[in-house]
Amino acid sequence: MATLSRDDVAHVAHLARLGLTEEELTRLEGQLNHILDQYAVLAELDTEHIAPTAQTIELENILRADVVTPSLSVDEALAGAPERAGDHIVVPGIIAEYE
Amino acid sequence: MAGNDLTRLRAHEMAAALRAGDVSARELLEASLARIRATDRPLHAWASLDEDGARDAAKAADRRLAAARGAGQEALAALPGLLGIPVALKDLVVTRGLPSTAGSRILGGFVGPYDAHIAERLAEAGAIVPGKTNMDEFAMGSSTEHSAWGPTSNPWDLTRVPGGSSGGSAAAVASYHVPLGIGTDTGGSIRQPAALCGVVGLKPTYGRVSRYGIIAFASSLDQIGPFGRDTRDAATLLQAIAGRDERDSTSAPIPVPDWSTELAANDDEAAGWLRGARIGLPRQYFVKGMEPGVEARVREAVAALESAGAIIVEVDLPHTDYGLATYYIIAPAEASANLARYDGVRFGYSEHEGDVLGNYLATRGRGFGAEVKRRIMLGTYALSAGYYDAFYLKAQKVRTLIKADFDAAFASVDALVAPTSPTVAFPLGARLDDPVAMYLSDACTLPVNIAGLPGLSVPCGLSDRLPVGLQFIGRAWDEGTLFHLGRAYEAITADAGWRRLDPADLGALEDPATPTPAERMAAHA
Amino acid sequence: MGAAAAGAPVAARYEAVIGIEIHVQLKTASKMFCGCSTDIKDAAPNSRTCPVCLGLPGTLPVINRRAVELVLATGIAIGATTPEFTRWDRKNYFYPDLPKGYQISQYDLPLAANGHLTFDTSDGPVTVGIRRAHLEEDTARLIHATDAAGRRVSLVDFNRSGMPLMEIVTEPDLRTGEQARRYAEELRLLLLAIGASDAAMEEGQMRVEANVSLRPVGTDAFGTRTEVKNMNSFRSVERAIAFEIERQARALGAGEVLVQETRGWDDDRGITYTMRIKEDSDDYRYFPEPDLPPLRADRAWLDAIRAGLPELPAARRARYRDELGLSAYDAAVLVGDPGATAVFEAALAAEPGLAPKAVANWVTGEYLRLAKGAGEGSGAGASGVDGAQLGRLVRLVADGAISGTNAKQVFERHALSGEPVDEIVADLGLAQISDRGALIGIIDEVLAANPGAVADVRAGKGQASGFLVGQVMKATRGQAQASVVQALLRERLGLD
Ligand SMILES: [Zn+2]
Repeated sequence: MATLSRDDVAHVAHLARLGLTEEELTRLEGQLNHILDQYAVLAELDTEHIAPTAQTIELENILRADVVTPSLSVDEALAGAPERAGDHIVVPGIIAEYE
Repeated sequence: MAGNDLTRLRAHEMAAALRAGDVSARELLEASLARIRATDRPLHAWASLDEDGARDAAKAADRRLAAARGAGQEALAALPGLLGIPVALKDLVVTRGLPSTAGSRILGGFVGPYDAHIAERLAEAGAIVPGKTNMDEFAMGSSTEHSAWGPTSNPWDLTRVPGGSSGGSAAAVASYHVPLGIGTDTGGSIRQPAALCGVVGLKPTYGRVSRYGIIAFASSLDQIGPFGRDTRDAATLLQAIAGRDERDSTSAPIPVPDWSTELAANDDEAAGWLRGARIGLPRQYFVKGMEPGVEARVREAVAALESAGAIIVEVDLPHTDYGLATYYIIAPAEASANLARYDGVRFGYSEHEGDVLGNYLATRGRGFGAEVKRRIMLGTYALSAGYYDAFYLKAQKVRTLIKADFDAAFASVDALVAPTSPTVAFPLGARLDDPVAMYLSDACTLPVNIAGLPGLSVPCGLSDRLPVGLQFIGRAWDEGTLFHLGRAYEAITADAGWRRLDPADLGALEDPATPTPAERMAAHA
Repeated sequence: MGAAAAGAPVAARYEAVIGIEIHVQLKTASKMFCGCSTDIKDAAPNSRTCPVCLGLPGTLPVINRRAVELVLATGIAIGATTPEFTRWDRKNYFYPDLPKGYQISQYDLPLAANGHLTFDTSDGPVTVGIRRAHLEEDTARLIHATDAAGRRVSLVDFNRSGMPLMEIVTEPDLRTGEQARRYAEELRLLLLAIGASDAAMEEGQMRVEANVSLRPVGTDAFGTRTEVKNMNSFRSVERAIAFEIERQARALGAGEVLVQETRGWDDDRGITYTMRIKEDSDDYRYFPEPDLPPLRADRAWLDAIRAGLPELPAARRARYRDELGLSAYDAAVLVGDPGATAVFEAALAAEPGLAPKAVANWVTGEYLRLAKGAGEGSGAGASGVDGAQLGRLVRLVADGAISGTNAKQVFERHALSGEPVDEIVADLGLAQISDRGALIGIIDEVLAANPGAVADVRAGKGQASGFLVGQVMKATRGQAQASVVQALLRERLGLD
């Protein structure tokens, strides 16, 4: 099985948007590799002709009618927002055009 | 009845006393709150209390009781079984206007604008919710040590863990704070703490209880279930929350049987259910690292079932050993996506460090605890480009094999019996630095989640003065058989000496000088 | 530049390879996975949200049946295949407009695959392969602003979050900007006919992106492609792609190496510009959505959807040509404008005996002139037009009951007010008098009052005849039918 380098750990942390300290990266490198070692047992099994199971419950076509139900008020919707301007949530500026 | 005596009652005993007019819902609640105040400092079972809301609900329950009493026996009999009964909610059940933190700093201050499906159902049934209980952060853990708000102790031995992730609810029920509690079980998070705290806990069939309003850990594995001090109480609580909910597309349109009334009150009648019952004993569940005391209690319980007329059949679940790896790929992968919404934009903990990326990294880096970050990392890696087939897809295929093992076993038996946890409660802090050792706590429970089956844990004695749990595993949608087995086992062991031992007799709970679990952990470190 | 100037024009040495991705907001009442209203156009920001489309903890999606059926209908209309089982996948990435941190979409099992669409161009008909059409949820809207402290911020409005979105991806079969525009226009007509979307580009209901690359004529390998965005009208689709082809051709001709990137179209300056270098590390970590059971589109369901489909644009054009005898041009113009199609159909339905060509002339002429003039300050408009009333008007003209000139006046008033044609004709007194009995009396009066002119006519002076006709028209305030008056005059004067 694969082994994670420290750079791999940092890359995965970036994908997951987790800001980790150097100490955390070091600890995780060891722990994740230890856990990945446990995964190695799965390679023993021949699963080439086995269908994957994504869900154990065998339902299909669970659909709802296209009916409008009440929305939250703006104040309820924005009650937990860290920064608000009028009826909008504010985040730092994104998309620098003409880069 | 005096306060302490009231908290000793089981839910069905409370229901009878309420209907008889011997006690009011308000008195039951006040006794519960008094017991929490007196004993929760060293235990830390609770994350938050809602005394005012609970008092309003208790008053409403008393009005319903009074009205029914005035209308006669039939009206009384028609009242819901949970009317006026205190029920603890795990701190990941979203309720309108109250904090729901899932044990995480990243949800500090989060107050939901809606009620979870089960919260609505419990309110309709007239249950009284005194508050929400402590848990491992986002239900990731087997010890309730991974809570941002500090660990919970085991009421049987305050230096030990209560199990997890629903350790708060299990400890609250075991400590007579409440007769009933709600937990969630993704890999054993109801059954394992039930075993370690000496109470009854059930993980229902996947799809039995709506997940709407339950803060998600792993969507294809999570189920919501009851804790009680006996099987009948657990069945009554499941009855109240089970059934199809249109807001959860994976909740099953399958009728909910009337479990609680099917269960015999009479012990002889209940024990009679065992005669001719075919129960499988999976060889692979007596795992490496299982404590001899645990194995001894489980084998004694199996022998007791057999002498009461059950037919015990050894069965093989050959892919059991692959369960741990399968689980620790699927659950973190799903969790890595489920936890992406905690980004500090709309609610909860939020750090501001420059641009959007800086905010994300800081909010998530500091908002999540170590175990959650570990699992997000695992899951992100297992899904990432180039590794999907080797990890996630492979695990889904092995999931098929594990499920097929159970299907094969259930061709010849009605249920399986096994240990719930390979060990009794372990000391606080003992496994914190060894994630793999911690993960092994769930070796006997997580295959049941992988296969989507129901599992029940009932107390089956003590080892080193600590509770041991016996697990019954059933066919999909056959919680009924599990309840009958649990009830029958209670009936045939009703006179066992260990049933007279009680965590509350230890005395340390009531002692204000007893350190809190956090203080104990700090001293340990 | 020097290299480009030498020899053949650079553009002629390369062939453009163009694939189009179109996102269309589906016309449902509620959002894709929750019950919030999709009527967000004039709604206050964040007033059409709920715990589900805000991605709050504990919430779960539930599939909107209508949205699924609209994609299935589109699939049938483009001759696509629908797999027996389709499912949902999570596409994972972080962005403030994506509340859950993943978009529920479809990855390897789209609701429709391998379809095609044929459309006309100035070089004749072109057929483009459509690789897939799938269903997903829209993101929130971000507005870029500067706050009071001069800080650049983005304002988030979750009203759009969770709106049902269909993504339609073509094969790289297109070669010119015109083809791309015509494809998009034809697709829009198809979606309007099905009722799948209002597909108004300026409203963001239809968002067109183009992948453009060049390769030397006669070769098969794909060149480095750019993704062109921000094309907010059909015209800008054509212009942007034409510009991009020219830009890439010049660069290649000058020996430059192109970069794979996303470029925006600046309509005012008429250029594309670099938006961002596309990250090679885009890693969306797709996996099956565990919160949603799969979909099974069985035969009965698809048959019911097929049976409910209206006449599609291509079939309608063919019918207009082959059954109604219209020219290909008229058929294209009528079908190319859904309002014109509706008016034409209603007029013929109300007056089945009319010549289709006569009705078509009114619709392609007067109706479209007024409809297209709307909103341009001309005061014209066609909002009041009722096709059945147009049919009545064309009938009156055909019967000689009203003059063609007066009919246009009547139509303009009807188009604005919606008043019935007969009432306008009566109100303005425009009905033609072609009744012999009524006219003879008036003519005899005119003849008696103008003996000199009568004598001139009898003497063979042509102008005098015109004078007498004019007097009759004056006496009838223009309602007399001139040809009838002429004939009656000659008859009364005994000239025949
Ligand atoms: Zn919504």
